[in-house]
Amino acid sequence: MTDQTQHTAAGPATTRARRKSQGVLGLRGRDITLMGIVLFLTLAAPFILNPFPATSGMAQFNAGYPDLMQRFVIFGIFAIGFNILFGLTGYLSFGHAAFLGVGSYSAVWMFKLLGYNIVPGLVLSVIVAGLFSLVIGYISLRRSGIYFSILTLAFAQMSFALAYSVLTPITNGETGLQVYTSDPQYLQSADAPSIPHLFGLEMRATETLRLGGWSFDLNFGYYVCAVVMVLAFYLAIRIFRSPFGMMLRAVKSNQQRMNYTGLNSRPYTLAAFVISGMYAGLAGGLMASMDPLAGAERMQWTASGEVVLMTILGGAGTLIGPVLGAGLIKYFENIFSKINDGVLHQWFAFMPDGIEDLLVGIVHPFVGKGWHLTLGLLFMLVVIFLPGGLVEGGQRIASVFRRDRKAGGAEARAAAKRNVE
Amino acid sequence: MGILEVKNVNKRFGGLQALGDVNLSVAENTCHAIIGPNGAGKSTLLNCLIGKLIPDTGSVMFDGQSVLGRKPHEINQMGISRVFQTPEIFGDLTVFENVMIPCFAKRDGAFRMHAIESVAAETDIVDQAESMLAEVNMLEKRDIVASSLSRGDKRRLEMAMCLSQTPKLLLLDEPTAGMARADTNNTIELLKQIKARRDITMCIIEHDMHVVFSLADRITVLAQGTPLVEDTPDKIKGHPKVREAYLGEAEV
Ligand SMILES: Nc1ncnc2c1ncn2[C@@H]1O[C@H](COP(=O)(O)OP(=O)(O)OP(=O)(O)O)[C@@H](O)[C@H]1O
Ligand SMILES: [Mg+2]
Repeated sequence: MTDQTQHTAAGPATTRARRKSQGVLGLRGRDITLMGIVLFLTLAAPFILNPFPATSGMAQFNAGYPDLMQRFVIFGIFAIGFNILFGLTGYLSFGHAAFLGVGSYSAVWMFKLLGYNIVPGLVLSVIVAGLFSLVIGYISLRRSGIYFSILTLAFAQMSFALAYSVLTPITNGETGLQVYTSDPQYLQSADAPSIPHLFGLEMRATETLRLGGWSFDLNFGYYVCAVVMVLAFYLAIRIFRSPFGMMLRAVKSNQQRMNYTGLNSRPYTLAAFVISGMYAGLAGGLMASMDPLAGAERMQWTASGEVVLMTILGGAGTLIGPVLGAGLIKYFENIFSKINDGVLHQWFAFMPDGIEDLLVGIVHPFVGKGWHLTLGLLFMLVVIFLPGGLVEGGQRIASVFRRDRKAGGAEARAAAKRNVE
Repeated sequence: MGILEVKNVNKRFGGLQALGDVNLSVAENTCHAIIGPNGAGKSTLLNCLIGKLIPDTGSVMFDGQSVLGRKPHEINQMGISRVFQTPEIFGDLTVFENVMIPCFAKRDGAFRMHAIESVAAETDIVDQAESMLAEVNMLEKRDIVASSLSRGDKRRLEMAMCLSQTPKLLLLDEPTAGMARADTNNTIELLKQIKARRDITMCIIEHDMHVVFSLADRITVLAQGTPLVEDTPDKIKGHPKVREAYLGEAEV
């Protein structure tokens, strides 16, 4: 805020000099902090997510195992991309899982045809998802609002049906697409690993670090995904701060005004749609790179709905929200779904028997197979009380602390509103 | 030939003849006022000029080219900007962003993919938007979210947005409605300055006769979708038909 006041007071000549002098990699101010936070969180995730000693009873809440961490960042990429469409333009797609699935199929095909190096697979998954989203976006964006959502949903379900049955030669239908020893793998050299790898380094390679009672898994595949997500996040910041990003927010705010201001909103929304489709394809390609298998269920509407939940839960239109939302939902899915009655009885064992059974009975529907119930409740609470998602929650907490330090006038509030991203 | 030529335009809404055989010629670099009672069809006429509505019959020529059949953004790119009767701004964006967007539209056309460089790096646009905001005295409000502005400020902002495009034809639909007297006078001053300084043609709809007579070079009186008379402000003031149809209800 102070920066802004000086900005106008100093006049154009000095501001221009200032503008040039500041910034790291084209980022400035809060964005540098945000980028730093994401970089730290992803790099240190194997440690942060395993706060409890492996032998303690709390170890079941640890989330620092490779398989889950990979999912955190892969769905993070999916949600970051989805947010570029939904968060900025307000166009709510219910079909983005189709692009995820297409990405996975493309990657597996590259494994089958060329070999297990993941680079060609990732490149193709982004390209194919981009083309596919260009077609679907071009048609769906002729409508807006609920009709747009329904169109994308219909396309995704068609894609699912095609993958499941009609296109069996390409998708291997119900069984799912996988690599067989009879596949050509033209570029696979004899000494290369026969599982997905990056120039010889296997995705599943894991170094386990033991420190006292703690154990931390440093998995190569996770770090590949993490680096990709950090890059994806960086690109998203640049898009958010660019004139293109501003135009996308203008679409959401007042599309009429935009058109009467000489701007054609259609290509802007289509570009956002394709970019988010490519992010989804990349996520799909990474999924296949961690586990060389692609099934049609990856395209189902539930998967499309999941990314919507992630984005809204974290905070649609905010930069970091989708990453948080993706992490939270995947954490719930894995940790809460593992808690069964046996575990519950253990927790409440210190209670008298009658009360123990009662408590287990109350908690039971919300854990294990019922984790969706918890998720649903959480989602409802967030949408009702924190429409801006987890990010808004964080901001409210932060503003309570800030109010103590300086009297927060209208200016501070305006600044907070402006800095929602 | 005027820069804007409206010929025999008709527009019906169901059984209602909103515009009946409207002919209008606006000469370049003049200010043409359209007045008339509520429901006369003034806004409908503007809607036909900017592609919001398509007339049932008739033609609309701007700068020698037909406007009909073009999309709103194409018509704007021809050089027509409009201030709406109820402010149309980007409510979720800041005042400054609101003004930058039309600057981008003017410089880059209907679509350009500049997705990597930050907005702040576009120094020419930033400077342009800054001086535009200074011109309408809103520089100190640059970082306010536009939806939280007062109604008068929203109008001023929308006017700044349109002016920053340096349009050839500026359409103003009741630009001072809901403004305090002081703001109205500021707006008149602003429009007078714009008119004196730039090559700009204005078409203004206004109920406030003070505004009309301060700015207009010619006035068309519209009643029930049909132009009654068109003349200079002095002649209009004394015209018996006009007094009867319209001015009788307003202070002159
Ligand atoms: N989209 C529409 N559909 C149906 N009727 C309409 C539509 N737009 C305008 N009308 C009708 O056409 C007539 C002319 O409306 P218009 O808005 O052009 O009047 P106006 O001269 O601008 O009035 P005001 O001074 O109140 O703004 C009115 O009776 C109005 O109800
Ligand atoms: Mg009107």
